[in-house]
Amino acid sequence: MSSVAQNGPDLQDVGGVRRKIHPLTLTLLSVLFGLVIGGIVLALAGYDPFAAYWIILQGTFSRPKYLAYTIIYATPLILTALSVSFAFKTGLFNIGAEGQFIIGTIVAAVLGFYLKLPPIIHVLVCIVAGMAAAGLWGGLAGYLKARFGVHEVISTIMLNWIALYLNNYVVTVIKNARHLTNPTTPPIQPSASIEFFSSWKDTAPGQSWRALHPFWDDVFRTPLNLGIVLAVLAAVAIWYILKRTTLGYQLRAVGFNRFAAEYGGINVKRGMFISMAIGGALAGLAGVGHILGWTKYIASLAASEGYGFNGLAVALIGSSNPFGCILAGLLFGMLSYGGSKIQNELGAPTEIINIVIGAIVFFIAMPKLITLMISRFRRGEKDVH
Amino acid sequence: MANVQRDDIVVEMHRITKKFGSFLANDQIDLTVHKGEVHALLGENGAGKTTLMNQLYGLYQPTSGEIRVKGQTVHMTASSVAISHGIGMVHQHFMLVQPFTVAENIILGRETCSIPGVLDLRRAERDVDELSQRYGLAVSPRVTIRDITVGMQQRVEILKALYRGADILILDEPTAVLTPQEVEELVGIVRNLTTEGKTVIIITHKLREIKAVADNCTIIRRGKRIGTVKVGDVSEHELAAMMVGREVSFSVAKPEQVRGGCVLEIEDLVVKDNRGLPAVKGISLSVNRGEIVGIAGVDGNGQRELVEAITGLRHAEGGSIRVNGLDVTNRAPRVVLDAGLAYIPEDRQRRGLVLEYTVAENFILENYAKKPFSRRGVLNREAIRSNAKDLIRRFDVRPPDETHEAGSLSGGNQQKVIIAREVSNDPDILIASQPTRGLDVGAIEYVHHSLVEQRNRNKAVLLVSLELDEIMNLADRIAVIFEGRIVGILDAKGADEKALGLMMAGGGNRE
Amino acid sequence: MFTSVAFIIGTTLMYSTPLIFTALGGTISENSGVINLGLEGMMTMGAFMGAAIGYLSGNAWIGFIAAGLAGMALSLLHGLACITFKANQTVAGIAMNFIGPGLALFLSRILFKGGTETPPLSLDAKIPRPLNGLFPQNSFLDNVLNQYWTVFIAFALVFVVWFLLYRTRLGLRVRACGEHPRAADTLGINVALVQFTAVSISGLLAGFGGAAMSVAVVANFRPTLISGQGFIALAAMIFGKWKPQGAMWACLLFGGAQGLVIFLGRSDIQAVLPIPSEILSMIPFVLTLIILVTFVGKAVAPTADGIPYDKETE
Repeated sequence: MSSVAQNGPDLQDVGGVRRKIHPLTLTLLSVLFGLVIGGIVLALAGYDPFAAYWIILQGTFSRPKYLAYTIIYATPLILTALSVSFAFKTGLFNIGAEGQFIIGTIVAAVLGFYLKLPPIIHVLVCIVAGMAAAGLWGGLAGYLKARFGVHEVISTIMLNWIALYLNNYVVTVIKNARHLTNPTTPPIQPSASIEFFSSWKDTAPGQSWRALHPFWDDVFRTPLNLGIVLAVLAAVAIWYILKRTTLGYQLRAVGFNRFAAEYGGINVKRGMFISMAIGGALAGLAGVGHILGWTKYIASLAASEGYGFNGLAVALIGSSNPFGCILAGLLFGMLSYGGSKIQNELGAPTEIINIVIGAIVFFIAMPKLITLMISRFRRGEKDVH
Repeated sequence: MANVQRDDIVVEMHRITKKFGSFLANDQIDLTVHKGEVHALLGENGAGKTTLMNQLYGLYQPTSGEIRVKGQTVHMTASSVAISHGIGMVHQHFMLVQPFTVAENIILGRETCSIPGVLDLRRAERDVDELSQRYGLAVSPRVTIRDITVGMQQRVEILKALYRGADILILDEPTAVLTPQEVEELVGIVRNLTTEGKTVIIITHKLREIKAVADNCTIIRRGKRIGTVKVGDVSEHELAAMMVGREVSFSVAKPEQVRGGCVLEIEDLVVKDNRGLPAVKGISLSVNRGEIVGIAGVDGNGQRELVEAITGLRHAEGGSIRVNGLDVTNRAPRVVLDAGLAYIPEDRQRRGLVLEYTVAENFILENYAKKPFSRRGVLNREAIRSNAKDLIRRFDVRPPDETHEAGSLSGGNQQKVIIAREVSNDPDILIASQPTRGLDVGAIEYVHHSLVEQRNRNKAVLLVSLELDEIMNLADRIAVIFEGRIVGILDAKGADEKALGLMMAGGGNRE
Repeated sequence: MFTSVAFIIGTTLMYSTPLIFTALGGTISENSGVINLGLEGMMTMGAFMGAAIGYLSGNAWIGFIAAGLAGMALSLLHGLACITFKANQTVAGIAMNFIGPGLALFLSRILFKGGTETPPLSLDAKIPRPLNGLFPQNSFLDNVLNQYWTVFIAFALVFVVWFLLYRTRLGLRVRACGEHPRAADTLGINVALVQFTAVSISGLLAGFGGAAMSVAVVANFRPTLISGQGFIALAAMIFGKWKPQGAMWACLLFGGAQGLVIFLGRSDIQAVLPIPSEILSMIPFVLTLIILVTFVGKAVAPTADGIPYDKETE
């Protein structure tokens, strides 16, 4: 696996096609084809694909509550996607976003419960600590690669599992006495929560205000939280770092061509460490936000929940571009959340969503196929032969 | 010269055209080769000669045109078709699988199997031995490719073709990697082959070798066939003129220059190669202001490791390197650069440029952290852009657009970007490692001009090149490297090529 | 003492088996130059198919074969993307890891009334143990050698794959394509065909690996059955420096760590040495990291691994 990381879909100049095809077009077409494949699978299994996709659209847009949940689902994915794509830009494959996420959740759950601090400070402490811990977790993999040449795919996979069991261990040590069947930690203090208006919205004045504003009333039924704001801020920050700073210049150079970077005086080893550390910090932020905003505690896990792994798909769909990650994350959130309703309403297995996502990523993997189809399409139009 | 020209035409390529997308690599080229002939294809880098032969060997398919082998029209859809018609090709960049043995490489695709599907390596090794003895091409079948010399690798490549019963052999730039002595050996091998009735087509841009071995020569320029001549009837000068399309001067104006103080001083340098074996075994050398020191030698004698150690890209086990008096041994590349050194790397696409970066971004590869290009970690895009515009103008980089990706530039222009960047740093010592590799004559002239200009401005230049002509043309002093040691340092004036060639191969006086 | 060692060895062999199948698959594919990150997805498909067909047909071997074919089908898709359409092989592999489990669970729900688990196989419908009853119950030899057929097949396969890669014509060509596809091409070898062959074998083996879990180690398929084994097999391949013997040892190391963990988790051992089960579960992974750092260091893949071979590139 020597040449692992690529920077989004490449432009292919297919013989005969004069103009190059814009990467956004390729992405959109890949999404479209992925949906088509999903539709075909549904149809073959005896379900109506249009009904299924309509359920997704309805399930996302028809109520403010649904929109809010879509955003909530998307938030951690945007951040883990940023984590993965940042590492990609430096030529590294951060499959460890999964474990880094978990580290973030552990820190948030523990500090959120044990510390007693005023509200904003409590949140900031949790965020900084979570990002730092996860950053070190990621940086460890970067260090092992730089110093010992250990392949980052292996080391991060190992670290993922270690983080998982660490999570379970922490849960056994800090048990919530009330959750006996499915062990969890006790919930975080209210001062650590980043859920919007979490306490106010259930009070009497809150309820009466809500009665007058049905839109927000619906939204407040969900744990909509600050996480999405953090995600967008993170995306902007990452964009700035990559495009406008010397650090970004160095890291991208290392990602494109580490030999030329070395020749230019850039410290490649340090770059690897920093890149994985920042990637880790981003995934950690995803985890922190998840706990502080949504679940409020960590539970014992049989297997990791897939935020890191799904973030990988989001990063690929978003072409490893910070803003693409936001859009792709929202798309994924829509498919995940809206898609979860398909089973109830149509009886079709929810796993069709995984198949759709897989198909989309599949098409993104081979831009040559789409460009070939487009060039054939164009040639047919011109009718030269 | 064996003038075995009979009437049997073995290869006829008729109006061959090859397009890659919108790029026209071959434009209606005709080629006729007779049995037993040694036919040279002459052209600059990028003229289209290799592309033409790749079609003869089935690696590419012609966009239009016809190929006839021994009178029969053939559709060369794959190399297997070419092989079945008796055509073999030895590529410029060897097609050898490094971890395999000589025998495994030779039988690949036509494996010896006593039990169907199961390799019989012992029999294969015996067959290889027989074949090598028949044609006088000495190889050891059991050795891994990684461990043999370049000269032997070439013999393996030739044996590969002969093993498949080739009687038409295409040799692509065969002498690029050989010592002068090995070149003579190759000439002998070619003569041997034609005596055995084989036909040889040589792709080359080396005029001297054409004169030495070829019967006829077809000149290709920018994808078009210019003409075919009998080699005996033309001079090197005339061939060069046809190749380039204008008069070519072979030497560069070098006014007398007063040698100044020492800029680069290397003492007893010891460097290991990638396998941990000593590549540089105690080299001492100094380069002064106002001179070009050329290091001549066959590839693989330690030049690469020497240059990498000097520039801080490789660890030095012993000895010292001083730039302007400052000890930079085993310091980071940044430190060496700051001391006044600049480097034009051998592999411009790997070391010299980030192809995905724009021209402007490549210009600041070494200075991105310095003012005015950045301040406190934030890039100053305006300064970067204006610097790029300035350098593009001064060094005539084409196309003159700093937002173009470096990868989209031609080889010559990529080299200009690198030279512009290095020279504009105003270095005291400029190290150029094979700076003209793969460039056309125009670009080569430009690079030579830049190097001499540095020298004329009282800077120091260290030139490492595999082309002896280039060194003899440009250098004031010539150091010959052999097996990790400097075996002689001569003044360029009056240096004898034969003596140099001998030193490059390990013979002659050692200082 | 003896029985403890025997227990650990026995568990090691059993748990290494699915890894060995899959790691061998990965080795073949990457030696031909095609990265196959989708092994996890192919294993999942194989595990499901094995259990489902095994249940429906009542015969675990039919399930086992079906599993291999299912894995092969997915890998052909991967091959189509990577070889024919020069896809980014890493990304294509990730796609497989969504499609594989997605399809498996999808089919599971359809075939088994919306459930994500397949009905369990009865004890005699599982893969048989050839040496069952040969040794006295719980003796040393019984613990070590009384394994499912799949275990024996896996280890035999290590030799077979080694022989294939290093002693046959196909193997020579496979390795040539992974090191220097252009060289192979210039000698008339059909690089695409060789790579497709290698990739389909890898899918076949990965499918077997999944089935080795679902119709041998346990008796059915459930969503969390394959969670990470495919990646661990990949790690084993890199660990083993892309050689079948190396991959085998790496898988044994891993299975061994797993076996040790199960041993230490047994109630009789816990009474003496109470290590929390979560800490125990970490051991294989920490061990792997330590070994990687101390012994293995830089692993060098086949030179053209992951680079789509394009005939027409100059």
